[in-house]
Amino acid sequence: MSELSDRPDGAVAGRPIAHESARLHATGTAVYTDDLTATRRDVLTAWPVTSAHAHARVRLDVAPALEVPGVVHVLTADDVTGVNDGGAKGDEPLFPDEAQYHGHALAWVLGETAEAARLGAAAVAVDAEELPSIVTVEEAIAAGSFQGIAPTVRRGDAASALASAPHVFEGVSVVGGQEHFYLETHASFAHVDSEGQVFVESSTQHPSETQEIVAHVLGVPNHRVTVQSLRLGGGFGGKEMQPHGLAAVAALGAVRTGRPVRLRLTRAQDMTMTGKRHPFHATWRAGFADDGRILALEATLTSNGGWSLDLSDPVLGRALCHVDNGYWIPDIEVHGRIARTNVTSQTAFRGFGGPQGMFVIEDILGRVAPRLGIDPAVLRERNLYRPGQTTPYGMEVRHAERLGAAWSQVLEESGFARRRDEIAAANAADPDVKRGLAITPVKFGISFTFTAYNQAGALVHVYRDGSVLVNHGGTELGQGLHTKMLQVAATALGVPLAQVRLAPTRTDKVPNTSATAASSGADLNGAAVKDACDQIISRLRPVAANVLGVDEADVRFEDGRVHGGDPAVSVLFGELAATAYAERVQLFAAGYYRTEGLGWDPATMTGTPFKYFACGVAASEVEVDGFTGATRLRRVDIVHDVGDSLSPLIDLGQVEGGFMQGVGWLTLEELRWDETDGPGRGRLLTPSASTYKLPSFSELPDELNVRFLERAHEDGAIYGSKAVGEPPLMLAFSVREAIREAVAAFGPPGHSVELAAPSTPEAVFWAIEAAREASRSASTDAERSTDAERVAVDAGATDAASLAAHSGRVSAER
Amino acid sequence: MDIFVTVNGRPRDASGIAAHTTALDWLRSIGLTGAKEGCAEGECGACAVLVATPADADGTQWTAVNACLTPAAALDGQEVVTAEGLGTPERMHPVQSALAEAGGSQCGYCTPGFACSMAAEFYRARGGADATGATSSAGPAASGQSADDGFDLHALSGNLCRCTGYRPIRDAALGIEATPGADDPLAERRTRPAPAARATRLAGEGGRFVRPESLDEALALLHVEPEAVAIAGCTDWGVEANLRGRRAPLTVAIERLDELRTFEEDDAGIDLGAALTLTEVEHRLAGRVPLLSALFPQFASPLIRNRATLGGNLGTASPIGDAPPALLALEARLVLASPDGEREVDLADYFTGYRETVRRPGELIRTVRIPRPTAGLTAFHKVAKRRYDDISSVAVAFAIDLDEERGTVASARIGLGGVAATPIRARATEAALVGREWTADAVREAASVLGEEGTPMSDHRASAEYRSAMLAQSLLQLHRRTAREGVPA
Repeated sequence: MSELSDRPDGAVAGRPIAHESARLHATGTAVYTDDLTATRRDVLTAWPVTSAHAHARVRLDVAPALEVPGVVHVLTADDVTGVNDGGAKGDEPLFPDEAQYHGHALAWVLGETAEAARLGAAAVAVDAEELPSIVTVEEAIAAGSFQGIAPTVRRGDAASALASAPHVFEGVSVVGGQEHFYLETHASFAHVDSEGQVFVESSTQHPSETQEIVAHVLGVPNHRVTVQSLRLGGGFGGKEMQPHGLAAVAALGAVRTGRPVRLRLTRAQDMTMTGKRHPFHATWRAGFADDGRILALEATLTSNGGWSLDLSDPVLGRALCHVDNGYWIPDIEVHGRIARTNVTSQTAFRGFGGPQGMFVIEDILGRVAPRLGIDPAVLRERNLYRPGQTTPYGMEVRHAERLGAAWSQVLEESGFARRRDEIAAANAADPDVKRGLAITPVKFGISFTFTAYNQAGALVHVYRDGSVLVNHGGTELGQGLHTKMLQVAATALGVPLAQVRLAPTRTDKVPNTSATAASSGADLNGAAVKDACDQIISRLRPVAANVLGVDEADVRFEDGRVHGGDPAVSVLFGELAATAYAERVQLFAAGYYRTEGLGWDPATMTGTPFKYFACGVAASEVEVDGFTGATRLRRVDIVHDVGDSLSPLIDLGQVEGGFMQGVGWLTLEELRWDETDGPGRGRLLTPSASTYKLPSFSELPDELNVRFLERAHEDGAIYGSKAVGEPPLMLAFSVREAIREAVAAFGPPGHSVELAAPSTPEAVFWAIEAAREASRSASTDAERSTDAERVAVDAGATDAASLAAHSGRVSAER
Repeated sequence: MDIFVTVNGRPRDASGIAAHTTALDWLRSIGLTGAKEGCAEGECGACAVLVATPADADGTQWTAVNACLTPAAALDGQEVVTAEGLGTPERMHPVQSALAEAGGSQCGYCTPGFACSMAAEFYRARGGADATGATSSAGPAASGQSADDGFDLHALSGNLCRCTGYRPIRDAALGIEATPGADDPLAERRTRPAPAARATRLAGEGGRFVRPESLDEALALLHVEPEAVAIAGCTDWGVEANLRGRRAPLTVAIERLDELRTFEEDDAGIDLGAALTLTEVEHRLAGRVPLLSALFPQFASPLIRNRATLGGNLGTASPIGDAPPALLALEARLVLASPDGEREVDLADYFTGYRETVRRPGELIRTVRIPRPTAGLTAFHKVAKRRYDDISSVAVAFAIDLDEERGTVASARIGLGGVAATPIRARATEAALVGREWTADAVREAASVLGEEGTPMSDHRASAEYRSAMLAQSLLQLHRRTAREGVPA
């Protein structure tokens, strides 16, 4: 057990406590970025002038806006004193002369009020010369419009393995994107202080990068700019890269006018302008043995990256590294590429490509199980990683047995076999409503694949009264990071939780921080906080030994007191701090941590990109209404691996919340763009809460049982815990697969169900209709080939005979 | 003219607001930033606050509303409580401590709104004839729930949370055992009448806001200024103002006019005042019109129903409004009022085109008249992406009378929404049903006729093909229900 993972007895870490701001949340007194501006009377509001075309060369005449009462200034490229670019890749002009998507901000109007700024923006004359545009992945593929990297993950010889595989299937799998719909839209608030420091409050997950981009837009060194992130009203990856340009606009406005500038996107602006989860398109061929073992996979994944690169490279990389999900695929070759299109620039979203990669293999398994004549639950279990096996990119799947343990636990605790029987009986009795029960695994790699990001810093102050102030580089987006950091500091210093305060995240306290992303916030910042606390303890230890008259090795820091083995003889931590100060002992420390053992070669896509894997298993039961295609989630059982939980109530919230967000992505949330050649081409048709539906109370399962995997200590991570932010999202595949099974119950035995993603009621209804049609054709004419669309999941020519031997139905399905 | 609103027990001066200023923006401008803007269209509930509204027996109830859709000027003389007014971090309200302790908040942005929706339900569910003597108003019986004092989770269906997945919020709500304490000022407030409506005259930047004292005054105003906008719950116009920047030179608030808030009932029918909120109508009807009982829980969310009115839903004449199909099936009639007097029109003759009706400029819907007897077999089928709080792809309302002796359909009235430029009656299907046997075969034939009704479009909610399919399926589903459950007498 490493020192980092060693948790002392009676640790504050591991206790189930509420979110550190829960009382403030519930009483409406937690302050978010835009709340700071509410009562400030001197604040200007920024409002965007946006493109009404998917792609156009634009020229602006801002003069009419300046005639609007209350308009103070219109920010354009002319105001930029540094680099006119709001991104990290140099491909995102902040004030563009070429609009790259419908809704692209072209200029920003500063007004005394939001109303004035809005009217001013409407008054700006935009002269647009329309250019050809690409909206869909399919259009991009046809036009050869790609950007960024085109990596390949390869092991063995997939082509040969497919040639000799007894069963080969091929198909296309498409999954839609997802809007983050953090309840707090993007917000920035900038002012210039008396010393010329540009101070930017931003709802950012990546304050250091926001700082850098503000500085380069202004053309000043980083030390001129301080970014503070109070707390976010949700982020989910959507505020990792996207806040930078908006913060730069606010900062530029503040510098230009000398007045504070507020920029808060309306929901419609936020949805129209900012990036989302990447939609993915995949073509694949998969080979299987008679017993269902996966022998080989060839696939090409194409993401829709939108108009600029943003984080599309690493999102694609992570997708490729998760195509295997929890399954051993001996011979594999997966290609990836990023379409460049005229829509929002897609970005990080919880899972960061992992969900889209896993989608491919789960879709394959769900579609081919009936063709192989194997229960999907059995098919999946048979292919789970076993100890000693490695991923396609050559990393050992350490603790692979935990996947199997979680699987068995879910089967048992959910009463899986018994309920399968009950469902079969219920389905046979009810022609209108069918149920399905499915189980799926998650194996998710933890660490940034961009290795440099795997470092963190913290600043811990012990004051003379023994009170503790913690700063660290991570941001609080609701995931409970600050709560966990308080628990880490209290544990490491041996003081009660109430003795520690956590200060808002800001770049002048801890510099050069990484994004709070990749589920890594607690791992990285927790280790850095602990490092700072350990330094302070190591300086206090000799002082305490002297005060208590004991050996240094016997000094214990527990619950706010310091003793030498006999708790009856002790001093208060605060008394010790005062003594140490008097003895000129440094009571504060900068902590630092970098993840060891990583080695990743992005050129060959091989190595050890991850510190460890988090795993989980979910079994979900759904009910599908044959009249409408509406689905209802009846019961969900989850066993998830959080290591030794740092904060069980927080982790439970992450598992449940992540799962439900995944359910939304796969069953409900549907982004639609205008793909016609009409005047609205490229416009987001679902830019609002009334047109884009995220889960509400009605999607909550009737019964939701979540357990943490036991004996899951993670050696080498902070107090034995594991990252938990992203992995649970992918437990939601169980819901989609359960829907597939319920739909299949409307069809003949062995019917393979193709299900659009998201599986909205309409999508499910058409899948039911296809299943019913298959029943009709199976009963009326089992020999005749009828439905051309059936070919999308397709038996390879060489294995038609063996497939027929398995299912007896190949002719009806070809 | 001065505008005052009592917020968290303290009178606050709202003079200087504009006619279009929302209650949300105004509350935030005076430092009460607990209410948040999540969507500005009444979909997410992050802006929810409590308003003191009239209850039975001259009492008051705390009603949760979306502050983003409520004009600040409409609250002149009224009492509002925000999350900050419910409790403080040191002394939380029972619903707040329940939320905080159960892990009911993560990012916390939606939490103040949840707290307000929960508090409204807390005072309703815990508000029976208790020591304070107050009576609960928004009775649960109407929506088919048991009338006990359990927490009705539907009270939270207008609040969205993106972080928690709702389980801890559900458990927090269901776990509240506390009842309002003797020193609970909000519980005590329920025993006294709600603030009366106050005639309001606001001439602000960009337009005037007037709350007239009488229907006659309202009609006169609208007659003189036909470009004026009459608002009741403002749940539709508020969206127009917030999302599309629409502004009116004159806004006339009519939702508190007594003439529009009548409720009369006799053997011939029920007259519903057009400005009663949907929540009030549901409460007053108490289940006596089963088709409307089926409609209300599916109509938007409680936060909307607490402000929205039948008059508004018919006034905007949206082809996807949920009330018109039900009212068409009920053969409702509308009483339209103007300075020239009143006239009555059949709802089936009311809609003339996309968001166009026979209602003349300046004319107001005064009463919605539902004739009796109502049909024996009724159903409201709403098809949408999400089960709660979504806009219909298709809505179908059935009102059918079966001749039990003969086993045939004696009469059939079917209202449709979402399949044409206006809500329509499915006349061909009705004709195909009447006189035929209520059997699977006959119904299947009629269902194929229903599938051809209207001219559905494809849009982001659904394809035209799906909409047509849903029409047909709805009748099959209704028949299957009667086969399973029997036909209601």
